[in-house]
Amino acid sequence: MGDHHHGPAKGLSRWLFTTNHKDIGTMYLWFSFAMFILGGSFAMIIRAELFQPGMQLVDPLFFNQMTTLHGLVMVFGAIMPSFVGLANWMIPMMIGAPDMALPRMNNWSFWILPPAFLLLASTLFMEGGAPQAGWTFYAPLSTTYAPPSVTIFIFCIHVLGISSIMGSINIIATVMNLRAPGMTYMKMPLFVWTWLITAFLLVAVMPVLAGAVTMMLMDVHFGTSFFSAAGGGDPVLFQHVFWFFGHPEVYIIILPAFGVVSQIIPAFSRKPLFGYDSMVYATASIAFLSFIVWAHHMYTVGMPIAGELFFMYATMLIAVPTGVKVFNWISTMWRGALTFETPMLFSLGFLVLFTIGGFTGLMLSIAPADFQYHDSYFVVAHFHYVMVAGAVFSMTAAVYYWLPKWCGRMYNETMGKTHFWISFIGFNLTFFPQHFVGLAGMPRRIPDYALQFTDFNMMSSIGAFIYGSSQILFLYNVIATIVAGKPTSDEKVWDGAEGLEWTVPTPAPYHTFETPPKIDPVHAHS
Amino acid sequence: MFLRAKRLGALALGPVLMLVGLLCAGTAAAASKVNEVNMSPGATSVGQSIFDLHMTIFWICVIIGVLVFGVMFYSIYYHRKSRGVTPATFHESTKVEIAWTVVPFFILVAMAVPATSTLLEIYDFEDAEMDVLITGYQWKWKYEYLNETGDNVQFFSNLRTPQGEIYNTEEKGEHYLLEVDEPLVIPVDTKVRFLVTANDVIHAWWVPELAVKKDAIPGFINETWTHATEEGVYRGQCAELCGKDHGFMPIVVNVVSKEEYATWIGEKQAEAAEIKKLMAQSFTLDELMERGKGVYDRSCAACHGAGGEGGLGKPIAGSPIATGDLSGHLEVGINGVPGTAMQAFGGQLNDVDMAAVITYQRNAFGNNMGDMVQPIDVFNHKKG
Amino acid sequence: MIRISANPAIDTAIKLVAVAACMFAFVFVVMVPLYNVLCDALGINGKTSGQAYTAVQSGVDEERTVTIQFVATNNEGMPWEFSPGKTVMKVHPGASNDTVFYAFNPLPKDMVAQAIPSVSPSRAAGYFHKTECFCFNQQPLAGESSAEMPLVFIVDRDLPRDIHTITLSYTIFDVTDMAGAAVATR
Repeated sequence: MGDHHHGPAKGLSRWLFTTNHKDIGTMYLWFSFAMFILGGSFAMIIRAELFQPGMQLVDPLFFNQMTTLHGLVMVFGAIMPSFVGLANWMIPMMIGAPDMALPRMNNWSFWILPPAFLLLASTLFMEGGAPQAGWTFYAPLSTTYAPPSVTIFIFCIHVLGISSIMGSINIIATVMNLRAPGMTYMKMPLFVWTWLITAFLLVAVMPVLAGAVTMMLMDVHFGTSFFSAAGGGDPVLFQHVFWFFGHPEVYIIILPAFGVVSQIIPAFSRKPLFGYDSMVYATASIAFLSFIVWAHHMYTVGMPIAGELFFMYATMLIAVPTGVKVFNWISTMWRGALTFETPMLFSLGFLVLFTIGGFTGLMLSIAPADFQYHDSYFVVAHFHYVMVAGAVFSMTAAVYYWLPKWCGRMYNETMGKTHFWISFIGFNLTFFPQHFVGLAGMPRRIPDYALQFTDFNMMSSIGAFIYGSSQILFLYNVIATIVAGKPTSDEKVWDGAEGLEWTVPTPAPYHTFETPPKIDPVHAHS
Repeated sequence: MFLRAKRLGALALGPVLMLVGLLCAGTAAAASKVNEVNMSPGATSVGQSIFDLHMTIFWICVIIGVLVFGVMFYSIYYHRKSRGVTPATFHESTKVEIAWTVVPFFILVAMAVPATSTLLEIYDFEDAEMDVLITGYQWKWKYEYLNETGDNVQFFSNLRTPQGEIYNTEEKGEHYLLEVDEPLVIPVDTKVRFLVTANDVIHAWWVPELAVKKDAIPGFINETWTHATEEGVYRGQCAELCGKDHGFMPIVVNVVSKEEYATWIGEKQAEAAEIKKLMAQSFTLDELMERGKGVYDRSCAACHGAGGEGGLGKPIAGSPIATGDLSGHLEVGINGVPGTAMQAFGGQLNDVDMAAVITYQRNAFGNNMGDMVQPIDVFNHKKG
Repeated sequence: MIRISANPAIDTAIKLVAVAACMFAFVFVVMVPLYNVLCDALGINGKTSGQAYTAVQSGVDEERTVTIQFVATNNEGMPWEFSPGKTVMKVHPGASNDTVFYAFNPLPKDMVAQAIPSVSPSRAAGYFHKTECFCFNQQPLAGESSAEMPLVFIVDRDLPRDIHTITLSYTIFDVTDMAGAAVATR
């Protein structure tokens, strides 16, 4: 860090060897969008096959590969890296730090991702095909009965786990050590808080996933029997280990989304966030609870009744801190001066649809009712309401919100609003009818279905094509903005926005806060 | 002002009303079941309890949703900048925050009470009047009626929908994908205990109208039960991803009167005894041909043509398999041809029927091989 | 707080790497053994103890009769014929009972099997004691031969009063390859 004023290197080496948090953030964002398109095209294949009853386009085995890869790519390739990218860009700028604490590790944690996903996608062309046991890859379907590509798959999971852990360590180290003087923990923007907690969750549970796939590897190649009854193991053990990772993972995906929305809603309400302290405590309690509710994904495996009751009560409790968050956001809007630019529209879309997803989540937590909901399309509808309308909508809001700061150009507001409404309608058309077919008895992960589910599946497929094509509009809008958007040099692009990132010039220069900013001791968090 | 608020309320209620409307429409159309939008209370008291619980929680969620979204949409309308409002500056209220932490907690406690009692009801496995062992296979179910004498009635239950319907060369029937060759038959008003296990990977046995869903785990048995109070045919599917044909292993349960059940199980036992006797026996070519024709018409003709001329499947007449090596023919019949529509019939036909139909194929449609297969040959082939 | 590195960021990073490593170890050192302990304690999946029961019951409860059902299942690819000698027994808690399972290996090669027990209802698993069982060990069987495999068990006197029927299921797996590997590594 000898020369404080050099700009970016030229050409490819700028990106390959960069240690600049903004460059790395940009790469994460583009990579995750590419994965979003890839995972989305898998979803389009799924919805095209399910457009009508009968097998039309793909064979059942390929269909299973599509559902598996769709889940894996969306969770590990699209949503998680997109929020890591956002964290890279925004956290140093929000806490007044010159860069991430461990810039070289930052470079590695990004650059091991693309090869891992390339390898994962290449399993599609291997003997026996890609992994086909679902993104939850339950043993023994994923071990004894897996195609040979399972070994590659395990390797990929290890690599992206290492990437996530490195990314998280970097975020924690940055937040703990590089805050500007006067930026106390309780003054940090909520996005930083939610990411700090998320990063701790990641460090705690990604190694658990690594453990699970390591046991799979040993079962497949080294003759152990962790998940096979024949050698004294138990396939259900896999599910416990997987969901001990998997449930915190769900919050890893949604907590940064909470953070984004907690930045955007106050900005467009022109009013400070309501209940900052309780937001922090609610996030922390959600994170804590996420460790003791995993078996609610397994109500039908035949647990003792005491287990069912414990996990049911613990899961229901999550509704309390989640409710607090929703109430806080609405109170933030209450008696504000609201405007509805694209970031706000996506945040409101998030608020409405995430709440609906929360309601169905509460319904799913009720163990006896879950005996009917479990593994039906009701579950598919539920988790897409929280994953897509929750995480993806908030991520989209974040891009519209900070894009002018990143590139110094304004996006086209009409196109942004059009994108929102097409997404909103397309999303609901896709996933709302899935509640119905699920309740009426359609299981998930089937390539063909009984005739009474036809109309709703058709609606769902049409909605999916609408939602999918709206992403092209998004891509066009972002590229058009970067290339030829209306230039803006206002430090505060949005009049209601608060926080250190809005005190640096627009577009944000390559290096920011090389000398720590002064934090106004009276003025609280943004 | 009041009028406006009312209009807004209606706006907020819009999505909720849409949902409720659909639910009502669904109830009205319940007879046909097409486009059903809600869970079915089904044919058991447990199913009714689960349904009531589901509806209770649903309505609690709807009420909370109306309140929360009502406030939100009120704010969106009245607190917009274009109306010239000045934003307030409040950002906390300890009292309100405590209230909305504590009140939801008590709502949850209120939900937990009926949930717990329903769960206790479901977990009361005792005093079943009969037991059925359900084993999940890739990709079919096996049912075994346990009884004290040891000669348990057991059979496989396979998808009956023809490949032609699945691959769109024939019109799809009413119970497309939800029909089997041999349904599980249980008596009405009887507590039936199901022991659920699996042969290979994890499956899950789900019949929505019997309110039963239980994972079938290889190596271990799970327990569940039902007590149907209405006769009828109830259909379900495997609910846990179990590989390629996960979507093609339906479940059909016939709930019949106790008398009908007694007759049925009696016939099944007699049939089993008969097969056992036949297994040990040798047949003449004519006997095998006669039995084989019946089996062929039931199980093969749909794909291979009534005269062996082929169709969706390859022709039998002059086929290199049917006129070739005997063990090769047995292999195809018993284990199918992987990756094609030719299923493995080894688990579907008993050894006598398999022997008969193979013999028939080798000696009909102009295939005059003159050789024949005895049940013991089939048995030996299966054992490797 | 112990400082490992003078650079505070690296210090934090090293500590977090240690946390991650501990969590990885936690899966193997804590989760797997703990799951097995919980299975034994709670009867998850109806698992019973893999050790012979040696304690002595304080007499036989002649007043009470419990029905024991026996079920045999072959896992995929296991060609043996495998069935219980008796499908149902009526027993008194506290009494020692013996029965057998029949096995026949129809293939012309020596094989090794492992039977995995599972008891239903699972909360009865802890009250079903086996003093002798073929499931404690792998069972070799020469080609085209048969065997009677013994089982001696006691139903605990403390079995909850509301349990009237216990089902004992054995799933038999072909472990010939695994057994061979074990011998090879020994």
